[in-house]
Amino acid sequence: MRNLGWLRLPLIGTYVFLYIPIIVLVIMSFNASKMPFSWGGFSGRWYSTLMNDELIRQGFINTIIVAVGATVLATILGTLLAIGLARYTRSAVLEAYALTPAIVPDLALAIGLLVMFSAVGMTLGLHSVLLAHVVFGMAFVAAVVTARLGQTDPSLEEASRDLGSSAVGTFFRITIPSLAPAIVAGALLVFTLSLDEFVIAFFTDGPSTPTLPIVIYSMVRFGVTPEINALAALLLLVSFTVVIAAQRFTRITDAV
Amino acid sequence: MTSPAAQGRGAERRRALGARFIFLGPGLFYVTVFMAIPMVLVLSYAFLKRGRFGGVKMEFTLDNFHRVIESVYVSVIGNSILIATITTILALAIGYPTAYAIARLPRKWRNLALVLVVLPFWTNFLIRTYAWILLLNSEGPLNKGLMAVGILHEPLDLLYTRGAVVVGLLYAYLPLMILPIYASVERLDNSLIEAATNLGASRARAFFTITLPLTLPGTMIGAIFVFVPSLGNFIVPELLGGGKTVMIGNLIRDQFLKARDWPFGAVLALIMVALLIILFAGQAAISRRINGRGRHA
Repeated sequence: MRNLGWLRLPLIGTYVFLYIPIIVLVIMSFNASKMPFSWGGFSGRWYSTLMNDELIRQGFINTIIVAVGATVLATILGTLLAIGLARYTRSAVLEAYALTPAIVPDLALAIGLLVMFSAVGMTLGLHSVLLAHVVFGMAFVAAVVTARLGQTDPSLEEASRDLGSSAVGTFFRITIPSLAPAIVAGALLVFTLSLDEFVIAFFTDGPSTPTLPIVIYSMVRFGVTPEINALAALLLLVSFTVVIAAQRFTRITDAV
Repeated sequence: MTSPAAQGRGAERRRALGARFIFLGPGLFYVTVFMAIPMVLVLSYAFLKRGRFGGVKMEFTLDNFHRVIESVYVSVIGNSILIATITTILALAIGYPTAYAIARLPRKWRNLALVLVVLPFWTNFLIRTYAWILLLNSEGPLNKGLMAVGILHEPLDLLYTRGAVVVGLLYAYLPLMILPIYASVERLDNSLIEAATNLGASRARAFFTITLPLTLPGTMIGAIFVFVPSLGNFIVPELLGGGKTVMIGNLIRDQFLKARDWPFGAVLALIMVALLIILFAGQAAISRRINGRGRHA
């Protein structure tokens, strides 16, 4: 810190800017008063109101269904894709094509999927959100696993085949275990992205099955209420825990 | 008659083809059905007449493109580019020195500093935006604080302004500026700067002739990472701009979900994507030139 000189100013400024809103939000969530901006003492009552909110609970369940389904599908498809790209083709065009969904603006993907689903006459609901989340999820998994494949030694697989193991046996005993950390990291990434994803869900979801981000959006549009503060603080806690856990996990796998 | 060796090679080739199909087939099929075809559909909708309840009529027209030239839409597109540009410049002005400072921290602090930068980014986007509704409210903590210390005598209208939209976008995407710049500063070979200062260059000169050009590729990536999602964002303008600041994302959303004029929405989306492709192409060209120069030197 000492030899940073004037650089301390932007560094500290950035952290203040990033964390002040979060701190204010958490403090407000414990405000006992029903009026959002007058302090009525410390209370956890909004957290218990939250637990009894049927809309939020249903939204949460919907989100989990989508996130789990999308993660499973995206992880399988993305891992296969990564192995295929690294071992069975050298086409840079094909790789770029497969990874595009990760960089296409979410709004463009959202309207594209809405147009496509309606063109084939598919009703919208959790299944269409799930299918939509798999597209970008798969690309993220493929990107993470491809990076790991660049570091693994294909001669291990060749040795396994030479020693008489079948292609399928080699795949499950050599390829998959050596990629496991990257596959888990990719799966975690998709799960977190899907949990928070709003734009694509907003376009591809049906009206009767809102995901949690859609429920939050409809609440937030009508301004500040103590329940949202509590919900927001709770979600902050969840994502902070996941990020810190993932951080721990990747450090462990880095060491291996 | 083929020899056994040739038969073996044939079988080998068939197996390779089979493996290729098993590994690449499902993923590429999925990308085609759920990304490529939707994009082609949007592209083709731009040239069709609107249907009565969303959707399209199968008649060719260029009217949708003519409508974009109407002044109201031109000004929305211009406004979006302006807001995204201001956000990117501010993110650069804050993000560059921050990234530079993090890279100069002792190694044991660096990881923590980076996690703290990324942490807010992994929390729900709507929640992060909502926090600013709370903060900027006329009865909110910022106004109350400024009034308590006597800087303000009556609350300022901070919320529902263009400034609030810029702040919201900046808050959302600042980490995306810091990370790539940090990566390029961290990779920088310090001996180059030492050499320059040993040979008599001032620290400012060493920064502008060595550090800045070498970190330019990372900086450009950061700028694109901020500009791209800012341009297409419709949540921040709606929540923090209060409907007064309309960006191209709001327009696209409304054409698809409210006005149900899908062809016109498709044209607007095409314009947005075209702007981004131009940006990517420019970035690629510049970084290719930088790399090329490095190799010849």
